Amino acid sequence: MSPLVRRLDDAGSTGLLVITAAAGMLAVTSVAVTASHGGFVNPGTALAFGCFIALGEVVRITLPGGRDAAPIALAGSLAYALLAHVNRDDVEHDALQVVAVVTLAMLVGVLPHIVARRAPSVDALARRLLVVGFVAAAFRGTGLDERTQGLPGAGIAIVMICIVAASLGVDALLAAAARLADGAPFLAVLRNEARALIGIGSAIGSTGALIALAATIMGMWALPVFVIPLLLTQFAFRRFSAIRATSLQTIRALSRVTELGGYTETGHSRRVSDLAVAVGRELGMSDAELLDLEYAALMHDIGQLSLAEPIPGGATVVAAPNEQRRIASLGAEVIRQTGVLDDVATMVEQQAEPYRRAHDTDHIDIPLGSRIIKAVNAYDDLVGESPEVSRRLEALERLRLGMAYEYDPRVVDSLAKTIGRSARF
Amino acid sequence: MGPLSSRARLFVSAVVLAAAPLPVIAAWQGHAGLRLRDLIALSLLFVVTDSIGTRGSRDLATIALGSVTAMAALPLVGGWGAILLACTCAFDYDPQPAIKRLFNTSQMVLAAGGSALAYSLLGGREIEVGSFPGLLVPFVAALMAHCVINGLLVASIVSIHQGVPLRIVFQGTMSGSVAGYFGYGLFGLMLAVLWAKPGADVGPAAALLVLLPLFVARWAYEQYAEQQRAYDRTVRTLIAAVETKDLYTRGHSERVSVASVLIAREIGMREDRVDSLRYAGMLHDIGKLGVPTRVLQKTGRLSPEEFATVQLHPMRGLEMVREIEFLDEAFAGIMHHHERLDGMGYPMGLQGDEIPEFARVIAVADAFDSMTTTRSYRGARSVENALVELRRCAGSQFEPHMVEALIAAVEVQGWETETTPLFPTLDQVAPDPMPVGARYYDHDDPTEYVAGRNAS
Repeated sequence: MSPLVRRLDDAGSTGLLVITAAAGMLAVTSVAVTASHGGFVNPGTALAFGCFIALGEVVRITLPGGRDAAPIALAGSLAYALLAHVNRDDVEHDALQVVAVVTLAMLVGVLPHIVARRAPSVDALARRLLVVGFVAAAFRGTGLDERTQGLPGAGIAIVMICIVAASLGVDALLAAAARLADGAPFLAVLRNEARALIGIGSAIGSTGALIALAATIMGMWALPVFVIPLLLTQFAFRRFSAIRATSLQTIRALSRVTELGGYTETGHSRRVSDLAVAVGRELGMSDAELLDLEYAALMHDIGQLSLAEPIPGGATVVAAPNEQRRIASLGAEVIRQTGVLDDVATMVEQQAEPYRRAHDTDHIDIPLGSRIIKAVNAYDDLVGESPEVSRRLEALERLRLGMAYEYDPRVVDSLAKTIGRSARF
Repeated sequence: MGPLSSRARLFVSAVVLAAAPLPVIAAWQGHAGLRLRDLIALSLLFVVTDSIGTRGSRDLATIALGSVTAMAALPLVGGWGAILLACTCAFDYDPQPAIKRLFNTSQMVLAAGGSALAYSLLGGREIEVGSFPGLLVPFVAALMAHCVINGLLVASIVSIHQGVPLRIVFQGTMSGSVAGYFGYGLFGLMLAVLWAKPGADVGPAAALLVLLPLFVARWAYEQYAEQQRAYDRTVRTLIAAVETKDLYTRGHSERVSVASVLIAREIGMREDRVDSLRYAGMLHDIGKLGVPTRVLQKTGRLSPEEFATVQLHPMRGLEMVREIEFLDEAFAGIMHHHERLDGMGYPMGLQGDEIPEFARVIAVADAFDSMTTTRSYRGARSVENALVELRRCAGSQFEPHMVEALIAAVEVQGWETETTPLFPTLDQVAPDPMPVGARYYDHDDPTEYVAGRNAS
């Protein structure tokens, strides 16, 4: 699996634990309280929304970056939280009933996944429940629902947009907290999550608001009718996700041409890219930058294809600096020809540049990605597939010797931390 | 589009003439109570959404967003109002020649007229509490009418202009756009429901809430289309880079891919399979990287051992690309593109129908390109000459109806033999130039193949 879609299997993700526990407590409380108050208010409406949410859970999707999402289920849940009338009749369920209905629907919707032996992603479920809880509490728990009734049309629209925006913020915060395990800075993680959520999240939120508003006229028909556009959007996101994955698989496959041609060691580009992405994440790079870094690391040796004779063992670290630079720029030239990977080409081009040249006091315009590839590539050239700890330490020591001139000290530190943390590298 | 032919101009004139009376009648009906305030607000929205919607290439992402407003108009301002609204299409912010603007506006007016007719015939009216689900039937009918009329008119002009049969163009436009049309049309219904919400009239502010998911939907499709284009370019470039190892096959993969698609279209292959085949064609020789350059560039006959390494290249290729999941059927194409119908091919010696369809297509395309390009040891054959040669080998080496498909496609669309190399500058660093008079063993040339086989 790619480092980008790696699940948080490492221990120590307390954020994830807290979120799951909070969601679990909320779920149990809501069901218990609703039951003790004599069951559901407007049971027909509750049942309709419940079925809808359960179906939405069945057709959940995976977004780029391995993020689980259930747009239909979340839109239905938000609509139920924001619902005021069905066919002009008031609906009077409270915030806890909203959470209870969503909880039960989620449990039903998860069943088919379990039967099909797909793991239900607990963190995503927990987050959805907490976001719905937040919206229900903010709208129904504070009397905002009563006050909105008197507003003119534009006012209602603005209140809804504000609620949708707030729910997005909460969702991003929760997602960031749940992912905080790779040693990356919190703000960088938050920024990544917010970017990943803003598009599909605002479509989900506004669809929820639209269903709630339209139910006044359309009744329950608002659910199936208004969800079709969201289905199309979900379809587009899925296709996007798929072509993203295909691109990555293709570049991975094609990056092996240097191995097949005898220019580099087996698995070299793949190892460099895995390690480079881990280091980049630790240094707080964004998802988009990480993807570029992954591509660049996979293709960093592609310039070697132009060499008449392979370098022994493919280790560029032993080649003369000028030769290294020539390979880098040949590779960059190839990548630049695609016309769509300019940042990747730049990373590859600068990978052989020393961090700081003599007499050059402040030479920092080398992209971070290039500095990472330079250090990681050297590390892998020295260690290779060898699992020996002594050899790893030796390689790190050698990088440290070149620190401040050849290699960026921050990158080498981060590399050492990453290697220390995970047994994979 | 280039300048229109006189037939195309005639068609445009007919469409304009057919559409012209509608707005006049609609305006004349106006005193019967058009809701002017709503109509003006909708018009503004129409121009804004449609202007955003008409940019970019033709696919799901770019179905005119104006159709959203056009559909919302039916329950809000009635059929005549919808026709008047369609006229505002003429004010789109989109630099286009006057004749295109005139045609687009006319076809929008006709589509609005058709959908209005469908809507009212099936009992469509204004929205009120209790209108649903009854109103869904006329609305969906109107949506389909709009979609079909729009698609037919656009397909007709393209068909007349480019000389491609109407049926094919129409299928092409429809297959990509029906789902999108349906989805965007329902956004129109959302807009209408909220706009007209009796009791608490949300009015034009509804547009704010509806536009948000609409733009996200569009953005998502754009992202997808962009990523798809990026993927295409990346694969092509990387393949071209790999080919620099072999001077004599420059551009070969790209052209084999193009020829394979020509054959596939001619034999009526499904579009998603054609896509997969396109990549299979591009990647079919990737395994040659594993064949030592020494062997690839050897002058004279290959020894049996060397020939064996050449025979391995399809399997090497498969091994490389196996983890690219979506290629799926393409794997078989890459693996078996050197099989022959008579079972004398490699790597498995499959016979006739045992050979996967993709492989049979690629085999023809591969041989065709190999024969029509210049090799260091011989000039290129003419296209006609190569086709004759393919026909000669049909039945024994190639699937006859695929050879005929290629001949038919090349006759209609022509064939460009040499493409400009992507990496001219890499010549300086490429391996030693060919000695004069020396020759490579060309593993793709059908006549060469027999020679190689005899040697083993």
